[in-house]
Amino acid sequence: MEYKKQYLYSKFERFWHWTQMLLVLLLTLTGFEIHGNYHIFGFENSVRLHNASAWSFMGLALVSIFWMLVSRQYLNFIPTRKKLKEQIQYYTSGIFKGMPHPTHKTLYNKLNPLQRITYAGLLILIFPVQIITGLAYMYYHYPQNPIDASGLTLAVYAHTIGAFMVIAFVIVHVYMTTTGYSVSANVKAMISGYEKEPETENATETIKENHNN
Amino acid sequence: MKNTLEKIASFFVVIVLPVLVIYLTIHFGLHRNEAHKPVVSLKSETTPKVNHGEFEILQQAFINPKDVTAACLSCHNKRDDELMQSTHWLWEREADIPGRGVVKIGKMNIHNNFCTGAQGNNGSCMRCHIGYGWEDETFDFNDANNIDCLVCHDKTDTYLKQKGMAGWPATEATATAEFPVPDYNLVAANVGYPDRDNCGVCHFYGGGGNNVKHGDLEEALFHTNRKVDVHMGEDGPNMVCVDCHEAPNHNIKGRSYSVSANNTNRLHCYECHTETPHNDAILDYHNNKIACQTCHIPVYAKVNATTLYWDWSTAGRRDENGNPIKEYDADHNYSYLSIKGHFVFDNMVTPEYYWFNGTVDHVLNDDTINESPVQINRLFGSYADTNAKIWPVKVHRGKQAFDPINKQLLSVKLFAHEKGQGAFWEDLEWEEAIKQGMEYNKRNWSGEYDFIETEVYWPLNHMVSVKEETLSCKDCHIREKGRLENLNDFYLPGRDYNKLLDFSGFAIIIFSLIGVIVHAVLRIL
Repeated sequence: MEYKKQYLYSKFERFWHWTQMLLVLLLTLTGFEIHGNYHIFGFENSVRLHNASAWSFMGLALVSIFWMLVSRQYLNFIPTRKKLKEQIQYYTSGIFKGMPHPTHKTLYNKLNPLQRITYAGLLILIFPVQIITGLAYMYYHYPQNPIDASGLTLAVYAHTIGAFMVIAFVIVHVYMTTTGYSVSANVKAMISGYEKEPETENATETIKENHNN
Repeated sequence: MKNTLEKIASFFVVIVLPVLVIYLTIHFGLHRNEAHKPVVSLKSETTPKVNHGEFEILQQAFINPKDVTAACLSCHNKRDDELMQSTHWLWEREADIPGRGVVKIGKMNIHNNFCTGAQGNNGSCMRCHIGYGWEDETFDFNDANNIDCLVCHDKTDTYLKQKGMAGWPATEATATAEFPVPDYNLVAANVGYPDRDNCGVCHFYGGGGNNVKHGDLEEALFHTNRKVDVHMGEDGPNMVCVDCHEAPNHNIKGRSYSVSANNTNRLHCYECHTETPHNDAILDYHNNKIACQTCHIPVYAKVNATTLYWDWSTAGRRDENGNPIKEYDADHNYSYLSIKGHFVFDNMVTPEYYWFNGTVDHVLNDDTINESPVQINRLFGSYADTNAKIWPVKVHRGKQAFDPINKQLLSVKLFAHEKGQGAFWEDLEWEEAIKQGMEYNKRNWSGEYDFIETEVYWPLNHMVSVKEETLSCKDCHIREKGRLENLNDFYLPGRDYNKLLDFSGFAIIIFSLIGVIVHAVLRIL
């Protein structure tokens, strides 16, 4: 099979990804310590680190939103139903039989339809909920006025649900890195920016499809 | 060459920059500002000193201390008006209590579960009134010469009100070795701003002995160190009571939370320490809902023991010879007295924690009792109350006499100078003591008596600890056995969680793990 090497992940995207990975790791470790599940950093340090990493996370999010809008990379995250069925079939059966991937990565189509849904969910649901409830917990202290949020209990529950979802995402996400054209291809791509992919005609079609969206 | 440059760039964006971001996040995240240091000048250090010994009017041969008062007032005019408005004089104040309306309350008429009530026991209790001779209801609250100036302003530590004399110092007729007749010329020549002896002589011994009542105010504070009381420690700022409890026009700031019902003329830490004393956002915002005292008074009765339990129902026993009994615990505190019943004393006590908005209810004479234990001075407050904060409280529990028919707390005559006058402390007979106590207070008694469990609350304010001994996060933010485990009307991070939510969350994580493992195994097969 012919392979082509294409540049998928810019320097900023790679910086964004790995920084976000470290921040999510720090947020998760400190968050569940605050939640009372274990002792690693100490409660006070956990609170301070959780707050600080939340600020870094939000700063990074702002920069990346700006970058995505300017570079039009946000197009990658718009969910599509095209080839969704094929993608599900691939992960539930094709992958076990060594069938080829039903979709192909290009600069403006890095994510398969399942990833698009998952990442869009993270970006427009989980992250905003975590940020809003987190900010509420940092700044809307002991809320009674003007809105009685009954001690932010609901905000806390939402934040906790979000945290569990992020962990579940990370588990599946890390596993999915092994489902590229080789076990390490996806991780290597996120390090070097280049990904090897079989040459097909399909790829160019997908670019057009998405530009037309 | 291009390849090498790209590798360096990758190394930079994939490792160097992310690690730098995390390093800076941790570095600034863990940074903590130094706390603000209060800058205050203590009034006791700035008050001008006047040599009163030079005043002729204070050199006369005083026999009656009321003449000393008259001499004081001849220069310090209008001071009597101020004092006669004060709670130290009136022992009561108008208070607007939620659910009760405006009532006059104070030591004059409220109940407690120590000696249970002052009225009718004037000889003993009114020793700590700032007047001379409040022996019964005939005391003239409008006679300025009845004011005892010296008990608060004597700097010689030789002026004492005599025990059992309703506020009078010893006279030639009553003098003892312990209570000699004061040398009025010496005392009058050495008056000044009150020091800790003047306040402590009453406030450290309330309830009939050292530290019986407060738990955080006791004779160890006459000379102490920073570890016991960071303010009063002689190795620290060496502050005296009136440095905080300033008294412009004799209106003393900082009314006692246990006695004063309304949240007025209180004294607040922020008056010196500002509202952002920690210079740290996370710690400072705790003060929205948590009194400074909660973290900074982690333990009370640090030196001598305080009374935690007082059971009047067992009082009155005599030994085989018919004499009153005294028993002591292992630490030499009373555990039983015939005249008072059983006690539990302890020191280094962990406070209990209550929501408190500064307003207090009090069980009054005519109140019907429907609950046990009776909350004699209930502290108002809850999480939902914007004015309430979590406070450390000494809770004094006990059993005391009540009328099971009329369902009221009883007033008991405890004190008399001699046997045969119906006083419990002399005769150890409940019936006569209650009869006389109720009569003195003009209250109806059914003739029955029983004992009921009661609680009295003392929000703690003194014996502030050094910062090293302050509570830390984990004292409250912990799953089990935190200090706030009994305050459950709010979500406390680190303590609270939703069982169903956490169970589901961990289930999702486990299913995700199982899912990817099964998927991986199927791929390999």
